[in-house]
Amino acid sequence: MAAVTLLETTAVAKRFGGLAAVDHVDFSLNQGEIRAIIGPNGAGKTTLVSLISGRLRPTSGRISFAGEDITRLKSYQRVGRGIVYTFQVTSIFRSLSCYENVALAAQRSLGGGLFGAEPAIAERVETALRHVNLDDRHELAAGELPYGHQRLLEVAMGLALDPKLLILDEPTQGLAPGEIASFCELIRHIASRATILLIEHNMPVVLELASRITVMDRGKIIAEGAPDEIEGNPEVQRAYLGTSHAEA
Amino acid sequence: MSGGGKGGRIAALHLAVIAVLFAAQFLLPAYHHGNVARIMVLTSFAVGYNVLLGYTGLLSLGHAMFFAAGLYGAGLPLYYFEIGALQAFGLGLLASLALALCFGLVALRASGIAFLIVTLMFAQAFFLATLYFNEITLGDQGFVLSEQARTVTLGGVSFSFADPVVKYNAALLLFACCMLGCLALVRSPIGRVLVAIRENEPRTRMLGYNTYVYKLIALVVSGVMAGAAGAGYALLFAYVGSTFATIQYSIYALLWTLLGGVGTVLGPFVGTGLMFYLIDIAGDFTTSYLLVVGVVLLVLILWYPKGLLGSLRARWLPWLP
Repeated sequence: MAAVTLLETTAVAKRFGGLAAVDHVDFSLNQGEIRAIIGPNGAGKTTLVSLISGRLRPTSGRISFAGEDITRLKSYQRVGRGIVYTFQVTSIFRSLSCYENVALAAQRSLGGGLFGAEPAIAERVETALRHVNLDDRHELAAGELPYGHQRLLEVAMGLALDPKLLILDEPTQGLAPGEIASFCELIRHIASRATILLIEHNMPVVLELASRITVMDRGKIIAEGAPDEIEGNPEVQRAYLGTSHAEA
Repeated sequence: MSGGGKGGRIAALHLAVIAVLFAAQFLLPAYHHGNVARIMVLTSFAVGYNVLLGYTGLLSLGHAMFFAAGLYGAGLPLYYFEIGALQAFGLGLLASLALALCFGLVALRASGIAFLIVTLMFAQAFFLATLYFNEITLGDQGFVLSEQARTVTLGGVSFSFADPVVKYNAALLLFACCMLGCLALVRSPIGRVLVAIRENEPRTRMLGYNTYVYKLIALVVSGVMAGAAGAGYALLFAYVGSTFATIQYSIYALLWTLLGGVGTVLGPFVGTGLMFYLIDIAGDFTTSYLLVVGVVLLVLILWYPKGLLGSLRARWLPWLP
C-alpha cells in the first residue's frame, strides 16, 4: 500500500526567548499509522504537538495537513480540519455532566445553530461514551469521575469530534496497570478510523502500540523508525532509553 | 439536556410564571400594580445582564450604557420628532444593538479584569457624553415624554402606555420575550457553548470553537435585552435622564442577578423584585437606602454567592435551567 502523507512539518521551529524548544524539525506522518513520540523531559515533544494542533504559533517553518498549508490557521480552525488534541493534564468541564462534555465535541463536528441537531448529537455522544465504557454515566458531573475515567472521558470527547488525526499527550499517565491494558485496546480500535500521534513515556505501551517511533532530544528529531530499529539504535539508547529500557 | 420530561417541566414552570404575573394584574392594588410593571421592565435588563455574566462568565460593570442606549434611542426621537412609539422602540433596539456590536468587537479582545475595566471606562465615557451633550439630552435633569407621544394605534384602536393596564401588559410582554428568549438561548447549542466558555475557555477553543464569536453573540444579545428594557422604560414610565447611565445602574443589574441567582433563568426576576421592595420598604425608614444595597451585596458575596435560586438549584432542583 502506498503511504499517503497526512501531516508534514517543514523546518518548523519554536523559540521561547533564548531556548529553541523545537529546532527546525521536519516531521511527517502517514495516514492510518500509530506514531509515538518519545524523548526525555524537555525534549520538545509537547511543544511540537502544540505547534501541530495550533495551541502555539511557530517562530518559523511550515505545517501542512492533508495537502494544505495550515500554518496560519488558528487552533479552532484546525479542529474543523480534523486535528484533535487531548491534553496532557486532564482538561474537561468538571462541573458539567459527562453527556454535556461529549455533546460539546459532537456538536462541533455535527454543526448546530440555534436549535441544532440534538438527536444526531445524542447518538454521537452515546457511541463515544460506549467506546470508552462510560455509557452509564451520562448525568454524572465529570469532575466526580475517578481520574482514570476522566482521561477516558477526554478520549471520548476526542472521538466525538470525529478526528482525522488524534493527538494524545501522555494518555496513560496516572492510570492503573489494568486500565492501561484496556486503554491500549481502545487506541487500537480508534486507529482503525483515525491516524494517531502519541506522546508517551511508558515504553511497554509505546512498543505495543506504535507502528513507528520518533525520538526527540533537545528540540530535534534524533531518530525515527520501527520499534525494533529504535530499540537497537545506540544514539537513542544514550539519549533516552539507557536507564528506562534496562528496567523494562 | 436529555429527556423530554425535563424539557416539559422547564417549559411549564416558565409559562406558569408568566401566567401568574398575567393573573396578578387583576388582584394587585394600584400601588403594587405599578411597582410590578416597573419590576418586569427592570428584570428584562437583568435577564440580559445574566446572559453575559451567568451563562458566559463575563463580568461587566458597564451595562447601564446599553440600558441608556435603548432609553435615549427611543426617547430622543420621540421627544424631538413626531415618530410612532413602536418605531421609537425599534430605534432603541437598534441603538443598543449597534453599541453592543461595536463595543464587543473592541472590548472582547480583553478578558478577565481587563475586560471589566474596559466595560467600566466605556460606560463612564457614555455617561459623561450624555452630560456633555446636555443641550440635546437635557443631562441629568432629563425630559418627560408626553402621553400623546406614548400612544400606539393598532388596528384602529389606540393604546396609551400611560394607561396602567396597557403599561402592565406591555411590561409583561417585554419580560416574557426576554425571559423566554434567554431560556431558548441557554438551552440551544449556542447556549451549550457559552456555558463551556464560562467553565473553561481554553478547552472550548481546543474543541474547535471560535470563542470570540460566541462571546460577541452573548454580548450583543445581552446588550439588546438591556436596550429593550431601556426603550421600554422610556415608553412606559415617560422619563428619560442620564441617571440611568450611571454606574449605579450597572451595579443594580449585577446585584439583581446575584441576588436571584446568577446563571438561572428566573433568578433576575426574583432578585429584581426582592431588591425593589427591599429598597421601597427601607425608604420608609431612612433616606440612605444605598446602605441597604451595600449590605445586601456584602451578605450575598460572603454567604450566598449562588443567590437564592442558585442555592435552591444546588440543594433541591438540579433541573432548574
